Order: sequence, then C-alpha cells, then structure tokens
Amino acid sequence: MLNQLTISGLAAKLSKREISAREAVQSCLDQIARVDGKIHAFISHDSADALAQAEIVDKEISSGATHAEKPLLGIPIAIKDVLAVKNQPLNCGSKILGKFISPYDATVIEKLRAAGAIIFGRLNMDEFAMGSSTENSAFGVTKNPWDISRIPGGSSGGSAAAVAADECIASLGTDTGGSIRQPAALCGCVGLKPTYGRVSRYGLVAFASSLDQIGPFTKDVRDSATLLGVLSGVDPRDSTSVPQPVPNYAAALGGKIKGLKLGLPKEYMIGGLDAEVKAAVDAAVEKFEELGAEVVEISLPHTEYAVATYYIIATAEASANLARFDGIRYGLRVDGKDTAELYSKTRGAGFGDEVKRRIILGTYVLSSGYYDAYYLRAQKVRTLIRNDFLKAFEKVDAIVTPTSPTAAFKIGEKSDDPLQMYLSDIFTISCNLAGICGISIPCGFTKSPKLPIGLQLLGRPFGEETILRIAHTYEQNMPWCKEKPPLAA
Amino acid sequence: MAAAEIDIKYVAHLARISLSPDEEKKLAAQLGHILDHIGKLNELDVTNVEPTAHAVPMVNVTRADEIRPSLPHDEAMHNAPKQANGLFIVPKIVE
Repeated sequence: MLNQLTISGLAAKLSKREISAREAVQSCLDQIARVDGKIHAFISHDSADALAQAEIVDKEISSGATHAEKPLLGIPIAIKDVLAVKNQPLNCGSKILGKFISPYDATVIEKLRAAGAIIFGRLNMDEFAMGSSTENSAFGVTKNPWDISRIPGGSSGGSAAAVAADECIASLGTDTGGSIRQPAALCGCVGLKPTYGRVSRYGLVAFASSLDQIGPFTKDVRDSATLLGVLSGVDPRDSTSVPQPVPNYAAALGGKIKGLKLGLPKEYMIGGLDAEVKAAVDAAVEKFEELGAEVVEISLPHTEYAVATYYIIATAEASANLARFDGIRYGLRVDGKDTAELYSKTRGAGFGDEVKRRIILGTYVLSSGYYDAYYLRAQKVRTLIRNDFLKAFEKVDAIVTPTSPTAAFKIGEKSDDPLQMYLSDIFTISCNLAGICGISIPCGFTKSPKLPIGLQLLGRPFGEETILRIAHTYEQNMPWCKEKPPLAA
Repeated sequence: MAAAEIDIKYVAHLARISLSPDEEKKLAAQLGHILDHIGKLNELDVTNVEPTAHAVPMVNVTRADEIRPSLPHDEAMHNAPKQANGLFIVPKIVE
C-alpha cells in the first residue's frame, strides 16, 4: 500500500509515473479512515483540500516537474496543530483558540509547498506543546499504535503516531524539551530536533522561544535528511534563524563511521533506566563499535540539574508567550465587567490544567523578589550545562544515549504526578538547553508487550550531517524501522 | 523554597488566570513539589557564571526600516471574537 512507503520510495514511484499523487493521498486518507478511530492522531483533516493539492501536483508531473527540482513532489505530509497552515484551523491542542483559522502559512509550510509536498491534517498534541504523553489535549488522548492502552509520547504524539501507523508519509512536529525525539522513540519512528536556529519558526505558535525548534518525523533516516534539507535555512521573518549554509544532508549519508568517536555519558546510566531499554542501547553501542566507531565514556556533570533548569526557563518563557491569549484579538472570549476580568475568565476557561500550572510557575519564577533566585540562577546553570556539551564535543563527534528511560507507559499512569512526568524527559531536555541537535532512531523492542525503544544521537551545533550519517549507518545494519505496528498493517 | 511560600491567589492574579478553589488547592500542592525539586539548583555555585539567554549567541539582528507587504486589515481581524468597523470591541476602560 502506498501509505506505507517512505518519501524516497513514494518519490521513485511518482517519478516513474507508476502512480499518481492523487492515489498516494487517497491511500493515506483510507488509512486514516481505517485506523484513526483507534489512535486519534489527527484532530481533523481536510480531505478535499488534500485531493485538490494532489490534482495540481499530478498536472505538474505530467508537464515535466521532477523530484530533482522538487524533492517532495506529491508526498503527503501531516502537520502538528501548532504550525500555521493558511485557511486551516490552528488550535495548539487547546480550547482557547476557539475557531481560529490561520491567515498565513508558516515558513516551513511555504518551504514544503515549494518542494511540492501535499500538506494535510492537524495532528494532535499536548496543549501548547506542554507535556510528554499527548494526554493534555483538549481534543482527546492520542494512543500508541503499538498498544492503544499506552501513550504515544509527547508533545508531538499525533505526529509520531500518524507516521508509525502509516497515516501519512512523514510529519512535522516541534521539540522544546524532547517533544519530537521522545514520541518518535515511543512510536518507533525517526525524529530529528535540529540545532537551535537551523529552521525558521515564523508561523509556529511559541512555547519557549529560546528552546523551540521544528523538525521532521519520518519512517527512515534518509527521509529525515531529505526533509531537514527542505526545512532548513535563514529567514528574515525569524531573527533567531541562523545564516548558516544548508548542506545537502542526503549526500552526507552512506559514508563510513569508522574512526568516528562516540561518547557515552556516564551520568545517563541512572536508576530508573528500564533494563530492556538499557540492554537495547548497550547492544546498539556494541554495533557501533563493530562498525568501526570508537566509543568512549564521557561526563556531562550537570545532567542532574537539567530538568530543574528547564522547568524554570521553559515556564518563564511560556508565561510571557502565552500572555497573548487574552480573548481580545482572536479565539475564545469569556466576557467580564472589565478587561482584567475578561482576561482572567477567558484564560481560566480556555487553558487546561498543565498549561495553567506552567504559566503560574513561570509567572512565579519571574515575579518580583524571586527572579534572581530562580530565573537568573537557571540561566547560569544553563551555561554550565551548555559548557558540559561543548567540552564533550572537543573529544567526541556525537553522544549516544537512550531517548527515554522507559518504553511507552500506560495512559493515566503519570497524569496525576507532573513532577514524575517531567523527570521522564531527563535524556532529551539538555539538548534544547544547550541548543545542539539530536535524533532518535529505533534500536529495538521490549519483549512483552512489544514496544519500540529509541536511541538518541546528539551532535554539535549544526552537526546534523554527522548524526544523520551515524544513524543511517546503524539503520542499514539494524533495520528496526521496517517493523510496523500490527494495527497499521 | 517550601510549598507554603507560593501565594497561589496572588500569582494567579499576576498571570490573569481565574482558578476555582479546588484548582488553587491542587496547584499549590503540585507547585510545591516542583519547587522543592527546583531547589536543587541551590547546590551549585554559580558565582562568576554568565547567564545564557539563547543557545546561539546572535546580537543586533536588524533590517532596513522600510514598508513591506503585510497582512491586509480585514484578514488580520478575521479571527476576532468581537469587532465593529474594523476595530476590536472590548469592555469600557475609561469612564
């Protein structure tokens, strides 16, 4: 079935005109009709619009357009509900945006369109990307395609579940503390968080502006490289995007990893790391050595402070960014006797529990008398965490870790204990604080139930080529990505 | 840094979020636990450490101050919950 193909697989068939873009889109829509009732990866999707885009692509292909010039020609790509797609709903998994319709395309959407992609669907997520399980959505819980009693990870849970269940060919998500890599690990797909500044965030609803990045979910590493190449580049509309040349990421694949140095942080072998996850990561490390890489132990001494640092910085930034949802210019409005009451009532009714918790925490750490003790101190510890990584990268080319300490947990298991939920992000959070890049790839399964396990590779700032090359070499030798959840087959 | 220190009513007021009494109670307890964990940062000596605001240090990103195309007025107003004559309607602010 076409919906099961990768970007490269589908592009090959479209190029040879064996199939049409319309058939590719229809195949994804059929899969959604078949399985999304069980998984709920999509909040909504506009079938007519997707098919209309496909017709245009089919005309382009018949008049000679090629994948050499438009690498995503005819590829159906689904989008996390936090990115603006013109004339489509934008809710961020929240009630507070009401019936908001995006008046413009995000830069990444413009880039996907320019590359020929067919943009469809609004993928479920934790409200405003705050969460690790996609349980905090006003539109219901997304389920893990490998076991629908379990969470898909979060916050980009819909993006991961849709790719894993073959409801789309690839998807976009966002990663502020692991929200691409952790759900990719838990659903068994490839998720990449680019270096801070690599991808423009114009048209992304901001959560924590010094941490957020947009990145791809794909079925294999080659597709991740292809999509990253399309998404990357400086944008005058995002002053934090960096004017760094965009390499041909796909061309970086296939090289040898012999001689590369991989670091294994001793601080990541914590209690709480599941035995099967540890065994899978250990086996992957042995495989890297067998393939000629040198693995050395390294130290990231401030690891144990990362979660605390993150939950100060991210919530402080969120409290400022989410001030714009006040019921005046867009979205939900609950009337009050004056503007102050209108704001409070609107925000009290529109935001869910986790968002309220984080805005209030962020407001507290920034409030008069506490700023130095919390926010400023956290920014200083952030420097120490970043320096740990920069020092490590003087010795190694990439860092290998588990993506998540456990495989997917049960729905409801951690939802009443926010601190436990936060602590499960321990391996992914530092990457955002340091502003470096990271990728999660499948590295095995737990035995019973069979659940995917993710391996994380962290790279230097703008070192995406290196981690993609290492991930690709591993995948060629250990093709876990070929395994599909029974529900999707 | 103990749980008792957070004045939930005051902070919720600063954040302009109305909370029910149940929400106040639950949030105060949860935030207390989280702040206890955050207190861990006090173990570190951060004397002479520069704060990091952004991971990629970039300064003075400027552009020419010239008119560029932007969203047409009616499209910008399209999602407004209440509007009239191209303006947002809000409760009376000045008597």
